[in-house]
Amino acid sequence: MQLGIFTIGDVTMDPTTGKTPSENERIKATVEIAKKAEELGMDVFATGQHHNPPFVAPANPPILMAHVAAQTKNIQLSTATTLITTTDPVRIAEDYSYVQHLADGRVDLTMGRGNTGPVYPWFGKDIRQGIPLAVENYQLLYRLWHEENVDFSGRFRTPLQGFTATPRPLDEVPPFVWHGSIRSPEIPEQAAFYGDGFFHNNIFWNKEHTERMVDFYRQRYEYYGHGSYDQAIVGLGGQVFIRKNSQDAKREFRPYFDNAPVYGHGPSLEDFTAQTPLTVGSPQEVIERTLSFRDYAGDYQRQLFLMDHAGLPLKTVLEQLDLLGEEVFPVLRKEFDALRPAHVPEAPTHESLVARHQAGKDPIPGGGPDSQAAKDRAKQAEAAQRDHENSK
Amino acid sequence: MTDRLTLAVVTAGLSEDSTTTRLGEAIAKAASDAVDNAGQHVDIKVIQLRDLAHGLTDMMITHVASPAVQAAIDTVLNADGLVAASPTYKASYSGLFKQFFDVIDESALENLPTVVAATGGSPRHSLVLDTAMRPLLSYLKALVLPLGIYAASEDWGHADLQRRIDRVGASLGTMLLAGSPGGASGSFNDNDAARPGLRREVKDEFSNVPDFASLLASVGS
Repeated sequence: MQLGIFTIGDVTMDPTTGKTPSENERIKATVEIAKKAEELGMDVFATGQHHNPPFVAPANPPILMAHVAAQTKNIQLSTATTLITTTDPVRIAEDYSYVQHLADGRVDLTMGRGNTGPVYPWFGKDIRQGIPLAVENYQLLYRLWHEENVDFSGRFRTPLQGFTATPRPLDEVPPFVWHGSIRSPEIPEQAAFYGDGFFHNNIFWNKEHTERMVDFYRQRYEYYGHGSYDQAIVGLGGQVFIRKNSQDAKREFRPYFDNAPVYGHGPSLEDFTAQTPLTVGSPQEVIERTLSFRDYAGDYQRQLFLMDHAGLPLKTVLEQLDLLGEEVFPVLRKEFDALRPAHVPEAPTHESLVARHQAGKDPIPGGGPDSQAAKDRAKQAEAAQRDHENSK
Repeated sequence: MTDRLTLAVVTAGLSEDSTTTRLGEAIAKAASDAVDNAGQHVDIKVIQLRDLAHGLTDMMITHVASPAVQAAIDTVLNADGLVAASPTYKASYSGLFKQFFDVIDESALENLPTVVAATGGSPRHSLVLDTAMRPLLSYLKALVLPLGIYAASEDWGHADLQRRIDRVGASLGTMLLAGSPGGASGSFNDNDAARPGLRREVKDEFSNVPDFASLLASVGS
């Protein structure tokens, strides 16, 4: 089980002091938070990508990832999310390969379509083409990472002739890709097609949606022959605020919740914690709630928490990370690992992907010859052939 | 028939004894009587938006549906017919009425036989049915019946209101029967395919996900 944190880089006023950090303070705080996560032995630090205030998540995440990589040794660096719709796939291929080299392979990424409408026109795209953009751009990215010379022509970018993305991925193995979506079933379908991971942010939505998306992804992962239903690679988001004493946690977090950019001035803290995975309480409560995600998502591979948002000051965030890293994660890791059956894989790392590549076991997009998908395709081709014969 | 029909009444009436709710329920009752006469039965489910006001606002902000709001949405989604009733506020339906239809899925009302009803203090607002309610529900692809009912305060003193209610109820009842598995008139058999468009299918967003190969083909990759 990989346990870690993600940030969306919001610059928000602390409602208890009225103070808003400067962009510089927020950016430097993000680096402190990432280093603290490494210090505490967390597995993953993931950053968002943003192009608009009030966010200072990098417009190109590899800049922050490279900076953190230089100051850490073990932690996996990821994104939450990389905008596959509006970022040129050629730049994604090259920038993430480059940071993968710098970080000695400690890099993966999560694809997202983004939820800020104007970003599309700012980059010359049409939001109504969100799914087709995600489909074409990722297919090109996949080819740029797996093929040395790429000829390409598509709907959304300039054609390429004999193009080689540089640098080539480290050890010929591209960073692992997760695909994130809250409720578009085409995205888990895409993740399953390639044998990639599926990430559900699991935060701003009822758990029934997370459950259905994960279930659909697992079914399709098996259909494309990349493994059984329970071997599909699933990641979830989450959101917690912890104090030793549950009442202290609620009292301290309430003003931040009540004024938070997304859900502030809306539902009560009590309603929102009941309806979504947000947990505000003691380490034990956070442990129990997080373990319960397994009830609807199955045995999964990655759990990331959003810890540094809504104007929480750096000092508080670092205290939260201490509690998370020292009191929650060790128990979660032990419990999740004990519950997970032996045939369910751990989250991929560069080392495991290199071993898989060298063993000739890389997933085949759309499914290898033994997959149900391949059998269905053969059947369809046969039927088409018959129709063709009959029509002669 | 074992298959019972469901008629949802969405009412934005605010007071305890709201005339808007009373109007919506009366239309539903008239439709139900019409269906009873044809030997079938309708379950009437009344959704009081007043009780959901906080939940609807929370959902607009967070996208998270409270259990009560989700239950109301599911009721409409699974209904065979709808009566949508609002008081007239500032020459239109009330904000609360619009909020419910703002959070419901775009396709939730597709092909749903629907009657619009509104109340107001004076008969001068009777066009609210046609200038405000009908465009909203048409946008949502509901089958809005040509007849609707506007009831001004003074209408509650005339027997004519009940006659109008019965007439609208009979129309809605006919639509409900047309969509029911066993209730079509003699010229149709029980084969749904023979009556396309009348039997409403509740869409499941996971039931029709395009195969990824066809998604790839659609962008030419």
